[in-house]
Amino acid sequence: MSAPITSTSGAPTLEVRKLRTVFDTRAGEVAAVNEVSFTLERGRVLGLVGESGSGKSVTGFSIMGLVDAPGRIAGGEILFQGRDLAKLRREDMRQLRGNRIAMVFQDPMMTLNPVLRVDKQMIEAVQAHQRVSHVVARDLARDTLGLMGIASPDERLLAYPHQLSGGMRQRVAIAIAMLHRPDLIIADEPTTALDVTIQAQILSEMQKLVEEQGTALIWISHDLSVVAGLADDIAVMYAGRIVEHGTVDDVLDRPLHPYTQGLIGSLPRRAPGQKRGTRLRQIPGMTPNLLALPPGCAFAPRCTRATETCLQQPPVTRPTGVQEVRCFHPGAPALYPESMSQGVGA
Amino acid sequence: MSALGLDLASPWRRALIDFCRSPVALGALLVLVLITLAAIFAPWLAPQNPYDLMQLDVLDARLPPGSPSEAGGYTYWLGTDGQGRDLVSGILYGLRISLMVGIGSALAAAFIGTMVGLFAAWAGGRVDAALMRLVDLLLSFPTILMALMILAYMGKGVGNVVFTLVMLEWAYYARTARGQALVEVRREYVDAARGQGVPGWRIVTGHLLPNCMPPLIVIGTLQIARAITLEATLSFLGLGVPVTEPSLGLLIANGFQYMLSNEYWISLFPGLALLVTIVAINLVGDQVRDVLNPRLQR
Repeated sequence: MSAPITSTSGAPTLEVRKLRTVFDTRAGEVAAVNEVSFTLERGRVLGLVGESGSGKSVTGFSIMGLVDAPGRIAGGEILFQGRDLAKLRREDMRQLRGNRIAMVFQDPMMTLNPVLRVDKQMIEAVQAHQRVSHVVARDLARDTLGLMGIASPDERLLAYPHQLSGGMRQRVAIAIAMLHRPDLIIADEPTTALDVTIQAQILSEMQKLVEEQGTALIWISHDLSVVAGLADDIAVMYAGRIVEHGTVDDVLDRPLHPYTQGLIGSLPRRAPGQKRGTRLRQIPGMTPNLLALPPGCAFAPRCTRATETCLQQPPVTRPTGVQEVRCFHPGAPALYPESMSQGVGA
Repeated sequence: MSALGLDLASPWRRALIDFCRSPVALGALLVLVLITLAAIFAPWLAPQNPYDLMQLDVLDARLPPGSPSEAGGYTYWLGTDGQGRDLVSGILYGLRISLMVGIGSALAAAFIGTMVGLFAAWAGGRVDAALMRLVDLLLSFPTILMALMILAYMGKGVGNVVFTLVMLEWAYYARTARGQALVEVRREYVDAARGQGVPGWRIVTGHLLPNCMPPLIVIGTLQIARAITLEATLSFLGLGVPVTEPSLGLLIANGFQYMLSNEYWISLFPGLALLVTIVAINLVGDQVRDVLNPRLQR
């Protein structure tokens, strides 16, 4: 099955330029996403990682045009196949959503309507974009469920969400996202609520689908090991900004930003010869309050390398010629020797 | 619970099974069904058409229960009223009017109120505020006063009574529907539906509405009882249905003047019929509420 040829200009599937999404609160304007830029080619997988509140989900919602008041997109461009989504009319955006761009959410129990049967929800999603009969829509729904590796899809169609297991529900949710063979899927931690074996199955199925269909995928996660196995590129977010961005191999094997190094270093593991009961590594301090960000680099107060210069906003640089990093003191592997020598996820 | 096979019971079917667990509610439902059937088939069940003046005999006026008719032929089991009308027939036809007015106005009010409430919750902001202030305004007036004002302006008649009841009752549905929808609209499945590009009106009717139904059904059953009572009250006060089509309220009113001369039956039996109907509806409504309220589930 080939993806419909919509991009003739050779523009990348998605190009985000200096995206800024803010929330107007009583205490002032909070920038949940700030100067976020990245490019995603057809068929590539971008892993967007970061802690809770780092702005990775809001980035996804901004692309989908689902940021509600008090939030708004305050600046930047979201070019989807060359068209700026932030400037689209509401109805045009609705036509794209679910059709060319789809989203999969974290908790499949919450994202399926509890009182509607699976067939009703899927048929509705089909008919939102295609003027087809009930029967045709139902056939498409059944075929897509089969594509997601769901056995006896006819029976599943007649089930209510509560009658399905967690993994099955998430497959249904992903199948709904796949209904129209979108060019871009934004997956917001879709495997976080599942147990590890189901997670592995779903990951491999997603990977297969993305390869077969040429779909670009943004995988939002806080789990570095998942992203390591799935993504081509990785972007690490901290306090609304991308602090490091490059291919998975470059970023995870040779992280340059101290935050990335801290994240990798804090993965629990046992080095050979390491004693039981050794304290796990952690990044000192807390994620900053977005309302009261420190001046300059937001990570500086927790960073062992912070100096006077860090009171300025660090520019994006490529110190080693590969990945982009937003830091005045990149590299310096000596500070995190273990994380440097061992890599991740393997 | 197995995901496949036998257990494909919908939430509604489970609610039905839960409902049948209470014998009281089941009994009330049975009574209600009988009353409704009696009302529907009144023309075939009633020995006499109380609206047809040709069938009435003034000589039969105010006969006590169990009296035979003057011309012979049949017995007035519940007596007759001041015009010689058989009370059994009067009650059956009266139930017809009362139930029609009650159910009709409750359904119309439910439709209008639910749509307004869902729209307010979905639109939010100023639209929401304006609609809800209107609802507050309506609910802050004493119901009877409002009803009297509207009916005094519009005049008697079954249609006008229904209109008045709808005007008075849609606000209850609107407030409940909005409250429920405000909770549901924040659920992720709404975001997911928007993410699928489902148009707004389809989200409201296809996703929000089914999730807002349980409390609305409860209000609906109780509001039918309220509408019937209100119609009876208005008819009793002389502002409801016309004398030629007596509802239960009007029958009670007609007998009221004879109460003190010991001719109790003219008011008593229509009153009992009204009482049984209202109690049955309320019992059913209570059980529906218990079944549909997740906090009360065993």
